[in-house]
Amino acid sequence: MVRDVAFGQYFPGKSLIHKLDPRAKMVCFIAFIILIFFTFNYASLGIVAAFTAFIIIAGGISFKFYFKSLKMILFVVLITSLLNLFYGSGEPIWQWWIIKLTWAGIHRAAFVTVRIICLILASSALTFTTSPTELTDAIERLLKPLSAIHFPVHEIAMMMSLALRFVPTLLEETDKIMQAQRARGADMDSGNLLKRVKSLIPILIPLFVSAFRRAYDIATAMECRCYRGGAGRTRMKILRMQTRDYFSFVTTALMIGGVVVCNILLTSVI
Amino acid sequence: MSFIAIENVFFSYDSTDGGQPVKNAVDGVTLSVEKGEFVAVIGHNGCGKSTLAKHLNAMLLPDSGKVIVDGDDTSDENKTWDIREKVGLVLQNPDNQLVASIVEEDVAFGPENLGVEPSEIRRRVDEALKAVDMYHYRHHAPHKLSGGQKQRVAIAGILAIQPQCIVLDEPTAMLDPNGREEVMTTLHRLNREMGMTVVLITHYMDEAVSADRVVVMDSGRVLTQGTPEEVFSQVELLKKHRLDVPQAAELVFRLIGRGLHVDHIPLSEGDCVNMLGEVLQ
Repeated sequence: MVRDVAFGQYFPGKSLIHKLDPRAKMVCFIAFIILIFFTFNYASLGIVAAFTAFIIIAGGISFKFYFKSLKMILFVVLITSLLNLFYGSGEPIWQWWIIKLTWAGIHRAAFVTVRIICLILASSALTFTTSPTELTDAIERLLKPLSAIHFPVHEIAMMMSLALRFVPTLLEETDKIMQAQRARGADMDSGNLLKRVKSLIPILIPLFVSAFRRAYDIATAMECRCYRGGAGRTRMKILRMQTRDYFSFVTTALMIGGVVVCNILLTSVI
Repeated sequence: MSFIAIENVFFSYDSTDGGQPVKNAVDGVTLSVEKGEFVAVIGHNGCGKSTLAKHLNAMLLPDSGKVIVDGDDTSDENKTWDIREKVGLVLQNPDNQLVASIVEEDVAFGPENLGVEPSEIRRRVDEALKAVDMYHYRHHAPHKLSGGQKQRVAIAGILAIQPQCIVLDEPTAMLDPNGREEVMTTLHRLNREMGMTVVLITHYMDEAVSADRVVVMDSGRVLTQGTPEEVFSQVELLKKHRLDVPQAAELVFRLIGRGLHVDHIPLSEGDCVNMLGEVLQ
């Protein structure tokens, strides 16, 4: 069940997008996400959508995984676009009871839908092509300047990478506990919502207890391996920017430029 | 002087249990470990053997007495990290020792903490993974490995620190027979080929048989120690403390009770078969 979730999964590969420096990917991704919300006409929306399509194709990951992550948010997309569709202001082109359809509403719905889809597809492309370790590494290195103001960058990155390491282990454990409780006659699949939530308690409590015990063990193991915080630590893998990374910056910059130009030259539709 | 010298160590987990005198987890242990030795420490659960293991790399400090590792006292705070670099400790649960999502990055964790140069870390990681025969799995995720494989990766993680001695606290307790075999083979190879000092804490008598020296612990004290032959021929003493002996030794011991005359007690099946064959002829 939990394991079928496509969003946030990593698929190893050798595509251009896979090979990009995670820091470059991260910076471009953040710029892109912000850019998505600065599209005010169809030309700029088109640029953003085209770029999304480009990274999906260049990433070389099967489309079915993207559909899977889209399926998860289908409901959100539907609700938001419907709300936008019928709550637009302006001259109604069609009206029935309290529901009225306006051009502004149609535009708004189209924008919201495309924006959310691009957002999900781009984030999926990022996590599909970047290993969790690379991601936390990138975050640690990008936030490094903040450690000057005593922001615990190393500690946060270490927590993130430990959390990511133990997600599969804890999932396995949850499965085991559920089976153990079922074997003792626990009923988790019937009854109303309240009853089902209550039936989670005998799973969560043992899970938490074991997670705490695990945490103690891990801390001991880390100390045995001479871990004493981020100071004086080196890394085996050094990240080095290469031509392709600068190329990704240039592409992102061009896209930002394109969107800005479109926004200036063309009138906003929303 | 011995590589590790434990001198009259006492230790208890809480010293103030409502004013009641509490039982010491380690109750006056004096023991030494020489360089290149393979020592097995056996005993029941709760006999203090795991507590003793944690004293060897300064994870725990003795309440009284001393632990000297390569000339350094473990209670000297300035030496703590030097000691942990010299004595690596592998714990029981392989899952809880692997901290990274990729095998080779996990092995790199130790040397990274020591501030070793990246190229040198790479070399150490490859070497350590080859030493435990896990090099082909270097890009795998730890949770996809078997128990024995995980424990071998954990051993590689310690080897990459380049310690002189490796202490293992019941490393095979959570493994299936195949995993146990893998880990034991690895340990013996490290001891033989790299001259690594190994201290193996275990409750499997079969694992102790292949050690150079066996130390038997009971209620926080050293009950007896010596070569496996010396220790396991004291069948009566071990039985009195409800400890097992290898099956071969048990069989011959019972036969002696029925009037068999032999010059020594065999520890392995092969040895036992040969001996009984001779007796029967």
